[in-house]
Amino acid sequence: MPASETPVKPQKLARQQYLDLYYYMRLNREVEDAMTNLFRQNKIVGGLYASLGQEAISVGTAYALEKRDWMAPMIRNIGALLVKGVPPRDIFTQHMAKYTSPTKGKDGTSHFGDLDNLHIVSPISMLGDLIPVMTGVAMAGRYLGQKIVTMTWIGDGGSSTGVFHEGLNLAASQKAALVLILENNLWAYSTPVRRQVPLENLADRAKAYGISSYIVDGNDVVAVYTTAKAAVERARAGEGPILIEAKTFRRRGHAQHDPAEYVPKDQRSFWEKRDPITLYEAFLTKEKLLDAEGKKEIEHKIHSLLEKEREFAENSPMPPPETAAQGVYCTGPECHNIQPKWERPVDELLPPKSSVEPVWIVEGFGRGVSSSRGAAAPIHFGDVPPAAVSPEKDAAPIKPMKKPAPPPVKKSASRKPAKKGGR
Amino acid sequence: MAPVTFLEAIRQAMFEEMAADPRVVLIGEDVGVYGGAFKTSEGLLEKFGWERVIDTPISESAIIGAACGMSYLGLRPIAEMQFIDFIACCFNQLTNFVAKGHYLWNAPAPIVVRGPSGGGVHGGPFHSLNPEMYFLHTPGFKIVYPSTPYDAKGLLKSAIRDNNPVLFFEHKFLYRRIKEEIPSDDYTVPLGKAIVRREGKHLTILSYAAMMLTSLEAAEALAKEGIEAEVIDLRTLLPLDEETILNSVKKTNKCLVVHEDTKTGGIAGEISAILFEKAFHDLDGPLVRVASLDTPVPYAPTLEEAFLPNAQKVFTAARDLARF
Repeated sequence: MPASETPVKPQKLARQQYLDLYYYMRLNREVEDAMTNLFRQNKIVGGLYASLGQEAISVGTAYALEKRDWMAPMIRNIGALLVKGVPPRDIFTQHMAKYTSPTKGKDGTSHFGDLDNLHIVSPISMLGDLIPVMTGVAMAGRYLGQKIVTMTWIGDGGSSTGVFHEGLNLAASQKAALVLILENNLWAYSTPVRRQVPLENLADRAKAYGISSYIVDGNDVVAVYTTAKAAVERARAGEGPILIEAKTFRRRGHAQHDPAEYVPKDQRSFWEKRDPITLYEAFLTKEKLLDAEGKKEIEHKIHSLLEKEREFAENSPMPPPETAAQGVYCTGPECHNIQPKWERPVDELLPPKSSVEPVWIVEGFGRGVSSSRGAAAPIHFGDVPPAAVSPEKDAAPIKPMKKPAPPPVKKSASRKPAKKGGR
Repeated sequence: MAPVTFLEAIRQAMFEEMAADPRVVLIGEDVGVYGGAFKTSEGLLEKFGWERVIDTPISESAIIGAACGMSYLGLRPIAEMQFIDFIACCFNQLTNFVAKGHYLWNAPAPIVVRGPSGGGVHGGPFHSLNPEMYFLHTPGFKIVYPSTPYDAKGLLKSAIRDNNPVLFFEHKFLYRRIKEEIPSDDYTVPLGKAIVRREGKHLTILSYAAMMLTSLEAAEALAKEGIEAEVIDLRTLLPLDEETILNSVKKTNKCLVVHEDTKTGGIAGEISAILFEKAFHDLDGPLVRVASLDTPVPYAPTLEEAFLPNAQKVFTAARDLARF
């Protein structure tokens, strides 16, 4: 198997698609610029994690999904959230811990989701956990007859977690319709990728699971989109999971507090010259898809939108303290009436008509024998011979006491205040 | 109806729920063709097919992650841990992802995580765990630990139908050692409700799972000595049925907690705190604990016997408490 598949051939997109990609990349950056300002004004109560220079990946990959598809972003994939339909106010209110935020102030950053409409699963801080989760979403989608694809993202750092392996291996063994974007931004907090992983291309990790992979320039939004689109189509067609390594660079520190002085200056300036938005503007100008007028229009649209959204967030209240104690459990159907969307006849499943023979067939050697033996089947530990089903037989008899105990004396209630007073 | 084992009761619960509701699926290691290491899922693959009975690689985190993802699309997966000890391998997936979802982002995860737990069958230190307290401290779970075939079936059905993640522990000592006639119709046992197994007035013994057998045996011996112990089966550990506990202790004024889990940090400590907070003036003696030693579960029968509580230890502790 090759290190990764031949790059997807550049394709001509519709004019609106080119402009959409531009709009969302700009929106992604402007949302984050606005949040940097809010952070400096102490209006963001927790951390802020920037995706500066990685917007082409968030936007280009998510743009390849359909409305019915599911995604689970990482913390930096603000652009993916925007493309999937999350309004900027949700991102502002989340970071500002407002009651109007999707989590009502229970969590911050991009840690929120929407199961019902946008089909977004919330990330958590522990990396890799979303890979098996999105595998399960894809498996359930297939079972329900939905033709959905799931997408999630992982970094060069997160690709070293155990659950990355477990999740991708399960996805591969299930041929789940999962597209995994491995965003290689060269730094996991302060540790360079070369000190984490002894591989030139992280796409090579796909080989271990017998799945397809692509490598793409993560700063070229059109290449990212066309590659993701090809992967999504292949996954939807039943080819199983696909890994895309998008090569890029994290231009800010791990979070706002981190000046990232551990990054060599030359590396930073190398990548600053490869800014995905600047590169794309040059492309759009050359292809006559965008002129100064058009650019101004888009900027105006973004600025007036973000102005409103930021104001909404700033004017929103903090959550009332009493809500801290609420919501640990789902209280029942009045809280969530959980119903799947069947897109296959349920009659196929009710009553169950299956008659699978429980045997494995080993290629070249034929069939095993079913181990079904009902109540007589041996079990792993703790079996007892059929005759010895009484627990008393396992236990030693209780030794009688030397003399009968005196009847227990119930202490009178009147003693209690005295007891208390005695302390 | 012929009496059924604890094991068979669990199998029936899964079979009946899967037959009635196509949202219910089973995922785990060796659950399909082999029918599970303890044969709890025997016959399910034949009936429900490969789509609904899913054999996985040895990947507990992936099993839990996938079950959770399936639940987001409206399914009700049952995830099996081949031995409950292996639940430690997916601790992060359970505690950080599954348990927090509803509180944080309004995402219920109606999954059941079930598997064989507990000692007394010479399973050794990695096949004998009582894992309840690792999870009791995590808001978001419900934790069930039944002691009879009737309860195992009824509680498992309730767990499958519940909208929250339920950890369902099956004490493997009980799998084939106890039998009981259970109704043939569809019944459930509610989560969060303890039950009085034996009425008494001199002290309350609280226990659950395999230690119920031990506690009831001790209560029988105590009765011969004139000590009437009220024995309560907690059944659900989270949320804990404080009402039943408090009602009993207010009557007997003394409380002994028996659990197979190790002593330090066991649920007896939590119950003790609840009694101090809510029944301080009703107590006429110390809260007494009979629990396993604070060690890993040892393998040799002589060591495991020394490690575990038994009816003699419960009897002695209860007698001393009654005399206090």
